[in-house]
Amino acid sequence: MTLAGASTAARRHLLDVDGWSRTELEDMLDLAVEMRTRRAAGDLPDPLRGVTVGLAFFENSTRTRVSFELAARELGATVTDLSVAGSSVAKGESLIDTVRTLERTGIRVIVLRHAASGAPYLAARALEYAAIVNAGDGTHAHPTQALLDALTLRDTLGSLDGARIVIVGDAVHSRVAHSNLHALTTLGASVVLTGPPAWVRAFDGWPGVTVEPELEAALHGADAVMALRVQLERAAGSGVPSLAEFIAGWGLTAERLDGACPTAWLMHPGPANEGVEISAELSTAERSLIGRQVENGVPIRMAVLSRVVELGH
Amino acid sequence: MDRFDLSGRTGGARFGSLTDAPASFVLTGVRMVDPAADTDVVGDLAVIGGVIRSDAAPDVPRIRGEGLVAAPGFCDLHAHLRTPGGEGAETIESGTRAAAHGGFTTVCAMPNTDPALDEPLRVEGLLARATDASARVRVIAAATRGREGADLTDHRALVAAGAVAVSDDGAAISSAAVTRRTLLYLAPLGVALVEHAEDTGLAGGSVMRSGPIATRLGLGAWPASAEATIVERDLALAAETGGWVHFTHLSTAAALDPIRRAKAAGTRVTCDVTPHHLALTDRWVAGDRHFAWEAGADGWSELDLTLAYDSTCRVNPPLPSTADARELMAALADGTIDAIATDHAPHPQERKAVPFAESTPGMIGLETALGIGLAAVAAGQLELSTLVGALSARPAGLIGESRSLAVDETADLVIFDPAGTWMVSRETLASGSTNTPLLARELPGLVRLTVASGRITYDAGLIGPA
Repeated sequence: MTLAGASTAARRHLLDVDGWSRTELEDMLDLAVEMRTRRAAGDLPDPLRGVTVGLAFFENSTRTRVSFELAARELGATVTDLSVAGSSVAKGESLIDTVRTLERTGIRVIVLRHAASGAPYLAARALEYAAIVNAGDGTHAHPTQALLDALTLRDTLGSLDGARIVIVGDAVHSRVAHSNLHALTTLGASVVLTGPPAWVRAFDGWPGVTVEPELEAALHGADAVMALRVQLERAAGSGVPSLAEFIAGWGLTAERLDGACPTAWLMHPGPANEGVEISAELSTAERSLIGRQVENGVPIRMAVLSRVVELGH
Repeated sequence: MDRFDLSGRTGGARFGSLTDAPASFVLTGVRMVDPAADTDVVGDLAVIGGVIRSDAAPDVPRIRGEGLVAAPGFCDLHAHLRTPGGEGAETIESGTRAAAHGGFTTVCAMPNTDPALDEPLRVEGLLARATDASARVRVIAAATRGREGADLTDHRALVAAGAVAVSDDGAAISSAAVTRRTLLYLAPLGVALVEHAEDTGLAGGSVMRSGPIATRLGLGAWPASAEATIVERDLALAAETGGWVHFTHLSTAAALDPIRRAKAAGTRVTCDVTPHHLALTDRWVAGDRHFAWEAGADGWSELDLTLAYDSTCRVNPPLPSTADARELMAALADGTIDAIATDHAPHPQERKAVPFAESTPGMIGLETALGIGLAAVAAGQLELSTLVGALSARPAGLIGESRSLAVDETADLVIFDPAGTWMVSRETLASGSTNTPLLARELPGLVRLTVASGRITYDAGLIGPA
């Protein structure tokens, strides 16, 4: 199986779900389900025994970093967390030099988060045998988030075939939205994007994607609604005149969901700005899948890490 | 002319200089393409003492030129020689060798150096250092002091010092008022304001042309309107002042119709396009390596992202959409676009070995321009005479030079083998830098000889040691 599109050169890495086939996606979700079951039964395999995994987070993260760390450790890996503030990265060493150095110390898998779109591709091309796992790059991709979202939806809906999934907010600058578009449409869902034009219109014409500017119309008939985190510091002035305009137009509330799509599930990649993209009562509502998304984080990363190590042999 | 002997280069190639002895040779059976005279004939080309003659004495070496093309020497309106201040990436010597290797006999050096070429002494200094280079160096001086877009430089003094145009290249002059003042002051001088048409407010910190590819790659994208709004603004100002505006490195279809209309209305406007905006597209940033005219330069699912985010594909203005690249080619073919200019932009490795958005924009182009053009000719996109004209007589005319293969003219020409190919590589490039996504690609069109001002500046084993 190919982990990063068509080319054999990139196979051992996990850079994105862009280009994956439906079978490749389903296989990864199946593997995650197996990991989840065996973990619950205290019967995990140790495919990462003898493998050192380096966590290279050039951007802050809690849930992604912790779930990768747990996944790696529980599958038998030795984990090195490279605190970026104290590393040579902060001293101006280039990304390429850093990952090459990590490779030479014997690290087999580098879990990379970076603020620049495409940084994992650059890193992957610089390595001889170590594998890159993309834990989020700039405004490009967050493949493991998309996989855990797809798993959560498949668990809940049974299948994504024909499902209507609505994504609300700044899709153009959201790596979560990008990777979800690829994964969800490949798995058979139709995706509707809604938000201010500057945040959604660039996706006009994407295969399997509909852009609907008005929230009410977008929500109608939805099976699930995914709110994206609003970047508070840059929201006003970029896509919307003010946060108040966004909340009035696209903020999700129980009332709005009950009116347009009473049976729809609610998702959020976290951390949520309660009272902005979703109201406080929604995040804990019965329809909320947010907790299950987090729970699926570790099994998905177990599946990804074990597959990367398997392909690296 | 054996001063530079790069053994191991294509066929034992050698570089010469403008101070070498004038050349004498006869090339028999060569195809001579001379757009200025509108001729394309096969015959003997005699150069005696650096001048084109109708025949030659028997002691002049006769060389078989069958299968080769002779064209007027190329003139690049837009090159960054990085002198002064950036000699780690390019020097006058390496940059003009790259020019000679690419068939260019003139290169216009852009003023965004460190310090900027905004004073007559700096212009004179650069010209003085280039007298023994491998191509004529002309200077396009800064339009405003320090290229800051506020106070005009001394345009008359700069022209007297040798400047052939003014430009704040690297950016547009952001103030319409300063642009207007520049065009008005230049109007009687007969030189152009060379405008890098980019509204920085619209382009922002963006690194790619907006469109589906930029969205898919998550890279900040500047809309086509960032170019078109400056073009429309400047056309209004040129029409009003009678000043001459020359748009360089056009990259969008949206800019072309306003220019067509302005030309028809008699506004003093000219423009150029780079080889990379004709042939490469935003799909190259996603790892695609098809030229714009090739089948496969469209479509969504065919993209293999393995080569994506290669920083050598970052240029400013960004690579166009496939549709826009095709419009640019059509505009070159129909004469709307006056010239091909390379925007040769050498950068040291470390500026490119970083994530795409953190890299410095620009690619080298002097040595690959002919090859890209010939690939377009081979694909039926362009007539050979149009290509040759856009590389030679037409740009030369814009800076007061002429190009002709007529008898009694000083020999200023390039001889290339259109059927020959060469591999772009660190070893075959003469430039001080190698930042091009064409590295490791085979290009058509082997330059065999370049003659500038009657002197052999590059000889790939055609004439041999003098």
